[in-house]
Amino acid sequence: MADRAQPLSAGLRLGAGAAVLLTLALTLGPLGAVLARAGTFAALGPADWAALRFTVAQATVSAALSLGLAVPVARALARRRFPGRGLLITLLGAPFILPVIVAVMGLLAIFGRSGLVNDGLAALGIGRISIYGFGGVVLAHVFFNLPLAVRLLLQGWLAIPAERFRLAASLGFGPGDIARHLERPMLKALGPGIFVTIFLICLTSFAVALTLGGGPRATTVELAIYQAFRFDFDLGRAAHLASLQLALCAATALVAARFTVPSAFGAGLDRPVARWDAGGAGLRVLDTLLLGAAALFLLAPLAAVFLTGLPRLATLPEPVWRAALRSVLVACGSTAVAMGVSLPLALAIARRGRAGMLEVVGMLPLATSSLVTGTGLFLLLRPLASPGDLALPVTVAVNAAMALPFVLRALIPAARDLEADYGRLAQSLGMRGLSRLWLLTLPRLRRPLGFSAGLTAALSMGDLGVIALFADEDHTTLPLQLYRLMGAYRMADAAGAAVLLLGLSFGLFWMFDRGGRADAGA
Amino acid sequence: MRKTQISTLMIAGLLAATPVAAQEKPVLTVYTYDSFVSDWGPGPQIETAFEAECGCDLKFVATGDGAALLSRVLLEGAGTEADIVLGLDTSLAAAAAASGLFAPHGQDGTVYDLPVAWTDPLFVPYDWGWFAFVYDKTKSDTVPADFEALAASDLKIVIEDPRSSTPGLGLLLWVKAAYGERAGAIWEGLSDNIVTVTPGWTEAYGLFLEGEADMVLSYTTSPAYHLIAESDDSKAAAAFREGHYLQVEVAAKLAGTDQGALADRFLAFIATDAFQGAIPETNWMYPAITPTSGLPKGFETLIRPDKSLLFPPEEAAALRDAALAEWQTALSR
Repeated sequence: MADRAQPLSAGLRLGAGAAVLLTLALTLGPLGAVLARAGTFAALGPADWAALRFTVAQATVSAALSLGLAVPVARALARRRFPGRGLLITLLGAPFILPVIVAVMGLLAIFGRSGLVNDGLAALGIGRISIYGFGGVVLAHVFFNLPLAVRLLLQGWLAIPAERFRLAASLGFGPGDIARHLERPMLKALGPGIFVTIFLICLTSFAVALTLGGGPRATTVELAIYQAFRFDFDLGRAAHLASLQLALCAATALVAARFTVPSAFGAGLDRPVARWDAGGAGLRVLDTLLLGAAALFLLAPLAAVFLTGLPRLATLPEPVWRAALRSVLVACGSTAVAMGVSLPLALAIARRGRAGMLEVVGMLPLATSSLVTGTGLFLLLRPLASPGDLALPVTVAVNAAMALPFVLRALIPAARDLEADYGRLAQSLGMRGLSRLWLLTLPRLRRPLGFSAGLTAALSMGDLGVIALFADEDHTTLPLQLYRLMGAYRMADAAGAAVLLLGLSFGLFWMFDRGGRADAGA
Repeated sequence: MRKTQISTLMIAGLLAATPVAAQEKPVLTVYTYDSFVSDWGPGPQIETAFEAECGCDLKFVATGDGAALLSRVLLEGAGTEADIVLGLDTSLAAAAAASGLFAPHGQDGTVYDLPVAWTDPLFVPYDWGWFAFVYDKTKSDTVPADFEALAASDLKIVIEDPRSSTPGLGLLLWVKAAYGERAGAIWEGLSDNIVTVTPGWTEAYGLFLEGEADMVLSYTTSPAYHLIAESDDSKAAAAFREGHYLQVEVAAKLAGTDQGALADRFLAFIATDAFQGAIPETNWMYPAITPTSGLPKGFETLIRPDKSLLFPPEEAAALRDAALAEWQTALSR
């Protein structure tokens, strides 16, 4: 019953179609262009296969750990109310939106050879630990992705209607029963999608894996692609590796869809959730410890970045401010495009019932190598216009596409619930088109829409991505300017620019996310 | 007050970014790497100086790093818009020459202040530097005098990946030039000194300044930045007995340029004080021809190796893949 596909309206069909076209144009299109230029796939060497094994191994461990650790943290956030909770939730999202190099510097200030942890261990007379190697790569990936997993899971918890908890309380459910009857079904609906998302993010990791990997043992597929392009100028091998990445992406997305079980809690009346089950002193202590540990792990490196850069913020050179303004405009543009294409796509996927090809298409941008995308777009667009003139529009489009998988992760579960809970009612009332969008869809999806708009804006702010291939002097963005400062030895100014970037990304994220939660105390 | 100023500037900046197609001056397009055109690189000064005398519009196009620069030109092939490519180095020169896209420079009479003789018909050098390990004098007491001493020490170093960065490739060729057949053994000895291998110079130098390593692979001229721009004399480069590998950065004219005369004029301009004088304190390298005013104060404090190592481009290209395999094997143990 729940699986039966419902008819799609013409508007939705059009919107979803446009989204699919844009996504394919920005993922398969550039790959095709690179392949066409190369003529044929070139064979892979043993080093490439070793890179593939390392990449899959670290991505699997990183994704499993991020998701595994996120479950107790999100549960603690869901069942506790305390002053500053809203701020903490917003702050916890910050690592995800930082440019890689900035986040790595922050991590090293805490976990590096001369970081706080090692200084502490040395003071206690215990041997030092080294962050470099497989462990360091995983640590950094968990640092980046744990916040994403926590936020997505928290959405799931908050989507369980208050009435279920009320019923659970009247039946005398303890925490174990709540877990069995409410939380595990929710996790089965959300977990696989989140796992795949993080797995794919880690699959295309380049700078993190290389900087913290400790040496050529930690070679990822993305580095092999880089090498094929830049060191060997072997487009055929680059295209081959990039296709492998896409195939892995499609396969994992399909497998995850198999394991996704819709939760079917039914609709509630949006009453405030009261958690009668979470009053025990033991649980209280456990949750406090969990939240404290997560906050410390995620916020200490950010504090290090913030404190290093703050003194230089006021004296940042003028080109940095200009780049910052440009970045904010690009971020707003990307957000508008991403929201415009992902809402119809998410609704179409939800109405289809079971996951299918549409969902796989929505995940593809995660598995594309930014170098292949940049080069492919360059090949495609060069006959049409000068790359410098296209720098900003291309960045807007690519950032929007890159954000699509995250947006869909946040929107699809909510859209499925919406369809299951209100779809038939809306149908019987003859609600269609704009009135349905305005009166039902937008109000019900407000929270995930706000969150994903904030995420898109922040991701777009921090992305170095394709701009480096296209930008000329007049079209630099803040991350590129930050990188240029570092490249000119100006590390102190770069630290100041990092604080500006952090502040702007965070401000945009907060603004959109807050907008989505304006109606709820949670 | 300050706020309004900044926002006015930002708006002015955005307006300036809109293309104005009023004047019909000839345009000379120069492809280069990113840090050359950045607001803190030599690009802006050189653009002003050349435009003052050429009656043309000098347009820099940034393409990422040196390797990205070459791959961009190779991707565009004969249809490239570039008239000049500026920023290749000697380890990329063979691949660039083999593409057949470049034309002889014709600047044959020029005498360069390079540690090696320069006779290449295609590439005009504009600056150069010795690769070196840079350290903090206040933190390291014993400084190794060669790779073997470094390998035997417990000093921690951070280096760049030869597959993604030109300094990394330079180090690979440095060890090969100094040790030949024994290069693999040297790398094995170094493997426990290497904290990590970064994708590029920026990450490596950042890690070093954060205190993650005792030494970083950079240039003998790096301490000059700290001395001159930050009045900090704590950084120094270690002099290695086996000699230091050179990086020579070069420019070349595209054979298919439609601005041949202007391109030749720019190649000649490279040898003038207006270009060379901008190099030391923006690119932090040695100018290919010392300007008449000499080097900036502070450069005299830098080490000057007696022996310079450099493979000719064809030899560097021929050795590259085997040297990389050696490096990978030694460091993967």
